[in-house]
Parts: sequence; structure tokens; C-alpha cells
Amino acid sequence: MLLRLAPVAIVLLLVGPVLAGIAMAALPAFGYLPALGGETLTLAPWRALFAEPGLARSVLVSFASGLVTTAVALAVVLLFLAASTGSRLDRWIRRLVSPLLSVPHAAAAFGLAFLIAPSGLLARWASPGLTGWTRPPDLQLVNDPLGLALMGGLILKEIPFLLLMSLAALPQLGPERRMMLARSLGYRPTLAWLKGVAPALYPLIRLPVYAVIAYASSVVDMALILGPTLPPTLSVSILGWFQDPDLSRRFMASAGALLQLGVTLAALAVWWGLERLAARLGRRWLEGGGRRRGERALRLAGRSLIGVTTLAALAGLAALALFSVAGFWRFPDALPQGFTLQGWSRALPHLAGPVATTLVVAGAATLLALLLALAALENEQRSGRHPGSAALALLYLPLIVPQIAFLFGLVVLLEALGMRPALGLVIFGHLLFVLPYVFLSLSEAYRRLDPRWARLALTLGASPARVFWRVRLPLLLAPLLTAMAVGLAISIGQYLPTQLLGAGRHPTVTTEAVALAAGGNRRLIGVWALLQASLPLLGFLVAVGLPRLLWTNRRDMRGTP
Amino acid sequence: MPKPHFAIPWLALLAAAPLHAASPDADWQSILDEARGQTVYWHAWGGDSRTNDYIAWVGRRVDERFDIDLEHVKLDDTSNAVSRVLAEKQAGNHDDGSVDLIWLNGENFAAMRDNDLLYGPFAERLPHFPLTHPEHNPEVVTDFTLPTEGYESPWGKAQITFYYDGDALEAPPRSIEALLDWAREHPGRFTYPRIPDFTGSTFLKQALIALTEDRDALYAPVAESDFAAVTAPLWDYLDALHPHLWRSGRQFPASGPEMRNRLGDGELDLAFTFNPAEPAAAVADLELPPSVRSYVLEGGTLGNVHFVAIPYNSPHQAGAMVVADFLLSVEAQARKQDLEVWGDPTVLDLTRLPAEKRARFDTDDDHPALLPPEALGETLAEPHPSWMTALQDAWRERYVR
Repeated sequence: MLLRLAPVAIVLLLVGPVLAGIAMAALPAFGYLPALGGETLTLAPWRALFAEPGLARSVLVSFASGLVTTAVALAVVLLFLAASTGSRLDRWIRRLVSPLLSVPHAAAAFGLAFLIAPSGLLARWASPGLTGWTRPPDLQLVNDPLGLALMGGLILKEIPFLLLMSLAALPQLGPERRMMLARSLGYRPTLAWLKGVAPALYPLIRLPVYAVIAYASSVVDMALILGPTLPPTLSVSILGWFQDPDLSRRFMASAGALLQLGVTLAALAVWWGLERLAARLGRRWLEGGGRRRGERALRLAGRSLIGVTTLAALAGLAALALFSVAGFWRFPDALPQGFTLQGWSRALPHLAGPVATTLVVAGAATLLALLLALAALENEQRSGRHPGSAALALLYLPLIVPQIAFLFGLVVLLEALGMRPALGLVIFGHLLFVLPYVFLSLSEAYRRLDPRWARLALTLGASPARVFWRVRLPLLLAPLLTAMAVGLAISIGQYLPTQLLGAGRHPTVTTEAVALAAGGNRRLIGVWALLQASLPLLGFLVAVGLPRLLWTNRRDMRGTP
Repeated sequence: MPKPHFAIPWLALLAAAPLHAASPDADWQSILDEARGQTVYWHAWGGDSRTNDYIAWVGRRVDERFDIDLEHVKLDDTSNAVSRVLAEKQAGNHDDGSVDLIWLNGENFAAMRDNDLLYGPFAERLPHFPLTHPEHNPEVVTDFTLPTEGYESPWGKAQITFYYDGDALEAPPRSIEALLDWAREHPGRFTYPRIPDFTGSTFLKQALIALTEDRDALYAPVAESDFAAVTAPLWDYLDALHPHLWRSGRQFPASGPEMRNRLGDGELDLAFTFNPAEPAAAVADLELPPSVRSYVLEGGTLGNVHFVAIPYNSPHQAGAMVVADFLLSVEAQARKQDLEVWGDPTVLDLTRLPAEKRARFDTDDDHPALLPPEALGETLAEPHPSWMTALQDAWRERYVR
């Protein structure tokens, strides 16, 4: 049966190339890369790596930003959900989640940098009136050596992701019943949520949380814009070595890529340890039975923290928009000397091709990913087993191995197989990164769907296929569309897979944006970042709007409010 | 400059078009014939919309004239194209590569040449190449002291040019030594891009040339001299300079364009670029204030030529050669030098061009931020590429903690 082949297909089609790509990337770390004259195995690349100045610091910043970012973002999301009461403000924030999630990381980073830099928007508006500055102050606000600006930027971007994942998972838990029960036992609302709902929610969003750790500890684009510089994060260092005109540095770069893998795995392991610790401490807190203590502080934190981060993200977007039409803008003027549409008028004529390619690639990769994920999950449901789930775990490898190392290996592999760059390969490359996200967005919701629905339908005489189409899919419409929207956003944001697997022959909005960002023209950066953000937004609007449209008469099926 | 050497080229010709006749015209005609209908993928840095627009114009012209479909692959870093060719070589794809033409120079050229990733020699076969008069202008056949040996064809010129906000600053420092005194008096108002950025590394070389006692050593591989002794004055200088730089020298802008933004923001008073036309172009683009002026240091600044090269496994080498040749035409070079278009200086030898052709390069726009061509007269040659790598390593060793 076709369905049973799905996990096999995933393994063969995707895990195989991933492993092969990694192997091809790992060999140079031990000195093997015949095209550069490396034909014997040696540990020299590792010695060179550990002799790099500032390596320890790079590793530390990458490791810390993985854990700190995730901890803060998760805390903000859980506190918000706990404190939210369905007020108008809360609903607004929930609605803003999708647009904020659709903003590509690089665009968000530029927005934040435009906002908080010493010559940024905030300083311009506060000067000289409040600060007395007539020239920008000589302060390290972005690119600070501790990576605080980088972590701040990552937190802004990961909060919407975790919030969306939580909102997609929540309806299956029946939070209202849990809340009612806890409230009837006398728990104040915020505590009731934290003690009654959060412990059940966390397992459902654990994979997304792990993805955030992996992402935050290995991110490149945001770290280039906001991260420390002397030395930069490990991922940025690796990119630099790969891009060094001195090709012999690639051996060391490959060793660095393996080290990055180790750093990310270490961050995941430490987090896993922290989970255990939190479970133990949390248990005592739960069993303590406190019904009021901390309620007010928690509620205040839940409201204000997300308010601040949402506001900061929006202000960053506003800064992008303002800079995209700004003429020359002298510090500390509150507004530019004039406005111009030059950036937009230059970009628009070149837009049609890249937008079309972006949509084709993102649409195809997302649909394929969705098909594969659904087939694998449905197969799991019917067979009652998790066949090859260990192999499926390898799907997440592309998220934790540095893209550049693994893609270089993959290009070598595909070339060796005689596959020439083509649109199909680009879609395939995107699929490698889209599938894990679609899978992790969907799998928990799928696996934890109340099995009694299906059983009921089966006892009424429906075939398994009919159960799938008529019961499971409709019930899962909201998480399905969310997974799709996430997949689209991931695909649209890809730069290296598009460039390397397509040999640059299939320009997308993102490749254009990244190429132009290298020139530093803020007007163009603003224009392309906004364009880049607007495409995934379409996906999210559909994801939010469609269930509301289809289920106008079924409140609990609408997913996000 | 020796005449094109005909000792080796049969090997190259074997890889290229079938050679029908010995006469150069017939040779070129066969290349034109072969190029017809080809699609040429040109991998070139795409960070500047003016450059991109110029390349798009080249695409339209070669389509009209030679029936070549030119596709600009916009890169954020030239190394991505090098990666691609390297991966193809690694995989044994020796004749159907995906890169047909690369915009590069210096270290990238040296690296590709060292690893036999380039096709050639081809430059001497281009009919327009003689217009550069390499016998009088060795820089068009020398890339960071390495002879190009016909493996790349010149395209444009660059020279370190300083610029400053004339409203904020009256007398900018005119030499590397004066720069230190100036920085002491104006703390936080100057910086240079972070090593290993290309422009930042060039600043190190510029300072080294001005400060070292053994300038000749720089024009041979670094292994042949005592690196520590030759560069000691540079490190003394930088140690003294850094505390007075932007962010007290603890942080550096990522690139030349970022440095330009900092000047536009008023964080810096003085900056420099490799493209002499950049300040004027940035004023026109409303990125810098109209009060910006530019100048070069006394005794000259580093200058170099940028080139186009053809990977060894390009399946469209004929088309790529025709494009490289068109880039050297008077039409293309004059348009490229036009400040309205791009402002990149020509590699043609204008003094040896017939008057009516030379007239096409005349500029009637004397933009206050743009230096007249005479001002760029004093050009210092690039040191051997091994110095760049050695300086970058030593810098990181010293200032990355």
C-alpha cells in the first residue's frame, strides 16, 4: 500500500541525501577533499580550528544564545497565555502573531538595528531634546560582545513562533475544562493556567522548542546583523571560513561545522537536563497547592513582557518602512529631509520574476512536505506503530547542521550523480528545510487528536480512508494550515539552498534581498525586507482566515482566535 | 610586456572553439558563431543597484548584437561562485559547469588559478583587449602582482579614495601619519572595516606601504621576508590608533558600505572606499549629505583592476568570451564610467584612443563629491596576495580576543 511506503520514501528521498551531504561535509574536516589536494586523513583541520583566536568565546556566545533565547521566549509565551483573559488587547496580540512570524529573520534584525542603534530611530527621536546628543553617542548597542542584541532580536522572532505553535496545540487540551476545574478549586486565573494547562501543553510544543534552540544556537543571518563581531558567533565564523578566498580554509571550516553540530547538541542536552530539573521543581510547586501567591506579579509580567516585545517588533517594521522611503536623514532630525519613492520604483520593475519563482518553489516544497508528513502520520495512526521513527528523527538534522557545510556536500553529491542545477533541485533543497518544520508543527497535533473520533466513525462503518478525509482532516484543519503557513515562510526565507542548488539561476525575493543587502543601501534594504515579509504574510492570512470562514458556526474549530 | 605567448595555447584552444584558421579574425568569427544562441550565466556581486542595472544593460546589448542570453546571477559574496565551481570539480563535472563568467580579482583569482579552476588563456584573443595597451599599463595584466597570463580579462578600476563631510570637517588628514594625529584630536570619528573585509584589509596594506621600511618586500611572496620585522611599524601604528577610533577600536563596521552608512548617520567624519565614484553616487542616491567631498592621500593610494574570468568547466566559454570582449568595447566602457550609470573608471588606455572615441569618455558633470580623473593619478600597486592573507591572520591574532 502506498501509505506504508511514506516513511520509507521520506527516509530514502530525504534522510539519505541529508546523511550523504553531511558525510561529504564531514570528510574535509579530516583533511579529505581531493579537489583541493586533500587526499589523506589528518587531524590538522582540528588543530587549526582550535588555534583560531577567539574560538572559545564564539562557542560560548552561540551556546548561550541558544539557551537564553529559548528560555526567555518560552517564558514570555507561557506567561502571556496564562495571563490572557480574552480582553481586546489580548486578542490583538494573538492576531499580530502571524504577521510578526512572517517577517523574515534578517528583516526583523535590520528593523531592530534601525531602531536601537546609536544613530537609530529611538536615538533620533529622543535627541537632542531628552539626551542632549547632537551626534550619535559612541556606544556598543548592537553587535555587543555578549550577544545581547542578537538574543534580543532572536527573542522577538521566536515569541511569535512559539505562540503560534501553542495556539495551534491548545484546543486539543480542552483548556476551558481544565481552567474551570482549577478555578473551582480556588486557583486564581493565571496560576490556574500555569498549573492546570501549561504542564499538559509543554509536551505538545517540545519539538518546536527544540527547533528554537537549534536555530538560535546556529543562526547566521541575524548574527551577521546584530551579533558580536570580535569574535563573531561560531556560525558566522564558519561562514567566513567557507567564504575565505583562501580555499584551504575550507578544511578548518568543515571541522568548525562539526563543532557547531556539537555545540547545538550540547545546548539541546543541557535543555533536556533543565526540563528534568524544572519538572522536579515544578512538581513541588504544583503539589504545594498555592492558589494566590505570585498571581499579581505573574499576571503583570505576562501582559507587559509580550507587550514590550510586540511593540519592539512592530516599531522595527515601522522603521524599515520609514527608511524605505527616506531621503537623506541627518542625525538627530526626527524625520528625513525628504521622502522618495526611488527605492520602490527601482525594485518594482524587477519583481515579477523573483516573486513568481518564490511562490512556485515555496508552494511546491510546502505541498510536498505536507503530503509526506500527512502520509507518514496517517500510516502511523493506522498501523499503530511509529515505524522508522528513529530514522525520521534524522529529518531534523538539516536544522542543526550548519547549512553551508551540508549544502556544499549535497551539491558535490548531486553533481556526482549527474544532476544539473534546475528548479526541481531548488524545490528539493527547500523541502529538506520545510519538511522538518511542517512535521514538527503537525505531528503532535496529529498524534494527540482524540482517537475516539476515529473509533466512533469506524464503528459507524466508515472506511479508514473516509475517516481520514471526513473526520481527521477537517478536525485538524487549523494545525494543517498553520503548518502550511510555517512551511511557506521557511521556504521563502531560504537563501543558500536556492543559491547553491540552483546555481543562482532561479532568483527569488530572498536571493535578491540578500544580494542587495550586501551593498548597505538602507532604502533598498527596507524595500526588499518589506517585500520579503509580505509574501509569507499571505500564507498566514489564509491559515488564520480559512478556518474562520469554513467554521463560522463551530467556535472551537477555528484554531487561533 | 611580452606579446601574447603562443607556446601553450594549443591546450587552451583544444578546450575552446574548433580552430579553423590561423588568422585572428577567423578565430574570433568562429567564436562569435559558436556563441550565438548561448546562455551565459554571469556570477557577479549584486549589492549595488547601479551596477546591477548596468549589467542588465550589457545583457540587452549582447542579446541585440550577438544573440547571447546573459543572465546575471547576483551574489552576496564572490566566494559562492568559487564554491560552486569547486563542488563541480570535486564531483568530476569537468565540462558542464553552471558558472560561465565570474567578476573577481585578487585573492579569489589567485585561489581559482592555484586550484586550476579557470579557463584560459583567453584575454589576448579578445579583439578589444589591445585597447587596454597592456605594454603601457601593466596593471591590466597584473592582479595583485600575479601576472594574469590571459586567465582573466580587465573590466574596471578601483582606487582607495577618502571622503568626508565638508560641513563637519575642514582639513582632513592627507597622509597615514597625519591620520593618527587627526584621530587623536577627533576621537571616535574614524574607523575601518573589520578584517578580513576586502576594503578593511586594503587599509592595512595602505598603512603598511606608508609605514614600512622595506616596501620592496611587499611585492614578493610573504614567505620570502621577515614578516614580523616588515610589519612591526604597522602594529605600533594600529596599537596607537585603535583607542581613538569609532567604538574605541573594540568594534568595527562589517564592510565599506556599512562605513558609508555610519558617515551618513553622522557617527563618522571620515571614511574611504575602493570605488572613486561611490561618494558622488551616494550623494545622488540621498545616502550621503551633499556636503561630502573626496580626496586621495599624498603619495598616492592603493589601486587595482577588477576582472572577469571564465571557469574551466563552463559549457559556454565562447559566449562568455564574447561578453568579456563586449565589456572592453568603447561603448560599454564609456557607459560604465558615466557617473549617471555607475561611475566605474575605464580600463582602456584613453591617451591612445582616437580623439572621437576618447570624446565619449568626457565628463561634463563636475560633481563636487567626485574627484577629477587627474587627481587619481598616483596609484600604488597592490602587494602580493600572500601579504593580504598574512596581514589578516596577524590582525585577528592581535585584536580578536
